[in-house]
Amino acid sequence: MSNVEIANGNELVAEAAIAAGCRFYAGYPITPSSEIPEHLSKRMPEVGGVFMQFEDEIASVIAAIGASYAGYKSMTATSGPGLSLKQEGIGLACMMELPLVVVDVMRGGPSTGLPTRVSQADYMQARWGTHGDHMIIAIAPSTLIETYTETIRAFNLAEKYRTPVLLLTDAVLAHLHGRVEIPDISNFEIIERTQPTVPPEEYYPYDVERFGIIPPLPNKENWRKYKFHMTGLNKDKTGFPTVDSKKVEEDEERMINKIMNNIKDIESFEYYRVDDADVLVIAYGTNATAARVAIDEARSKGIKVGMFRPITVWPFPEAQVFDLSKKFKKIIVSEINLGQMLYEVQRASKGNSEIFTVLQAAGVPIRPQQILEKIEEVSK
Amino acid sequence: MSVDYSKYLRMDKLPLYWCPGCGNGTVLKALLTAIDELGWDNNDIAMVSGIGCSARGPGYVNFHTFHTLHGRAIPAATAIKMCHPDMHVIVFSGDGDMTAIGGNHFIHACRRNIDITLIVVDNWIYGMTGGQYSPLTPTGTKASTMPRGNIDPTFDVVELAKGAGATFVARGSVAEPVMLKNYIKKALEHKGTSVIDALSNCHIQWGRRNKFGDPVKLVDYIKSVTVSQAKAAKLSKEELEGKYITGIFVDDPTKKEYTQSYKELIEKAQAKA
Repeated sequence: MSNVEIANGNELVAEAAIAAGCRFYAGYPITPSSEIPEHLSKRMPEVGGVFMQFEDEIASVIAAIGASYAGYKSMTATSGPGLSLKQEGIGLACMMELPLVVVDVMRGGPSTGLPTRVSQADYMQARWGTHGDHMIIAIAPSTLIETYTETIRAFNLAEKYRTPVLLLTDAVLAHLHGRVEIPDISNFEIIERTQPTVPPEEYYPYDVERFGIIPPLPNKENWRKYKFHMTGLNKDKTGFPTVDSKKVEEDEERMINKIMNNIKDIESFEYYRVDDADVLVIAYGTNATAARVAIDEARSKGIKVGMFRPITVWPFPEAQVFDLSKKFKKIIVSEINLGQMLYEVQRASKGNSEIFTVLQAAGVPIRPQQILEKIEEVSK
Repeated sequence: MSVDYSKYLRMDKLPLYWCPGCGNGTVLKALLTAIDELGWDNNDIAMVSGIGCSARGPGYVNFHTFHTLHGRAIPAATAIKMCHPDMHVIVFSGDGDMTAIGGNHFIHACRRNIDITLIVVDNWIYGMTGGQYSPLTPTGTKASTMPRGNIDPTFDVVELAKGAGATFVARGSVAEPVMLKNYIKKALEHKGTSVIDALSNCHIQWGRRNKFGDPVKLVDYIKSVTVSQAKAAKLSKEELEGKYITGIFVDDPTKKEYTQSYKELIEKAQAKA
């Protein structure tokens, strides 16, 4: 069973959130994310969920975190300037280990930048925007259908790993209207946070000794009977503040390890026509669509080129890029910014490959022709 | 009748982290006594705070407790109330947290009239960070960042809450704890956004800089600058200068409460769908 819809990327994110079980949305108006709250303002009350437009971006992310604490799957959506404002809250969700989905519809920057134009310049902000050591999961869908499927995956990863997950779309994907075949929800695995089964007086939200590296977290049905404390301070297993150096360091490391030790489950990427290729393009999100067209065009001209496309963009697919660097002497990095993933590719390839770039921060998508020209130049 | 506070406190987390004689304990006691008189179940109460000395309060009580970021208690409390509308949701935080960095959230909570109780522990100072002036530090008094005396005018929390649309607004002080408890009890019972301006003593960070380093002296001083509404009515504008009027200023049960409005919105959406 599937549903055919004409929709844009923002509406698909909103519908997928509902399909994933999100029942709390808090946001603040910002271009180019507006269709997400507009759609959810209609849909959330229909499914009995909460939609609230708050007084600012900060209140929105904090409300979404409060709802997650109260057992709800929750989401907020924004664009670059709003993501900057939400960063302290994202750190709070990291520290409290609360599931949360933050959608960032990327636009030009810095500052107010180009509100209606495309960019991928929040790539590094997604990873390092909040202060302190932390790990983040970020996903960059590339097509309309992926905005739907990857939103569901974002919720699943958030619930499973008790962590904020960023979904990085952009102004082009957000406003691209197209015909989309939405698979029936029964085709998806919907993951819920693990539920505590111990008596309420024995439950602590960070009791890793008893429950393992990712302790259970009450959902909205169980929340009332499990009273617990959460804080943004470094905490002990009970959720209360501690300055015990050993406990602090163990906890900081565990919060990173709970993601890195499960990287096989979290990572997602695509290899496109790489098997016999001599040149490799690395691109993600909307820009990967342009790269795909360029690769097909180059292939038709007899140039052997392929693409590696990270879908989970954070944690960076370091092992895969290292392996590729041993195989490819020439790698072209393309992204709609002045070079951000570029640093990661340089780091992970350890000097094995010569790295070329097709970068642009002009508010317009990179055209396939620009990538094709670089492929031809590099292949000479 | 005496209250068994161990029913409400996380006894294993004691002793309190606050300085001896701190007004936070008095305000917390007033709150727990009010809750005890109401006979509420711990499982039905959520207590949320931002950052600061008083914001550590929720950690000591055996409710659903959530210690958020500086200034951000109110959006979290709003969300908890929206998710569980039959819960009692209380924000317990300081004057800097609620009226400076969290001021935007404060006025918008009042505007929505969502059924949460905002207790502003108003000790005139940022205590935890070392005595910097807040929007409620009395003009002319000293703070670590106003060594020559505060030149900033202050907010009147009561007028701020009234203007923003809160439907229950009262001011009490640690100098009259029973009265404070009674106001808190009324605020908790009220269906809508209720605000308590709880004047409190920080003899360490405010007091020591202003010749009130002794807690008893400072509580006496707070008493000397507070006047009841009845007394205030007989005083001239000049005589009321620098005074804090205590009492209940707004108690309006007629304005629609936000979770009720949202419930009706859901019913409307579902009837149509």
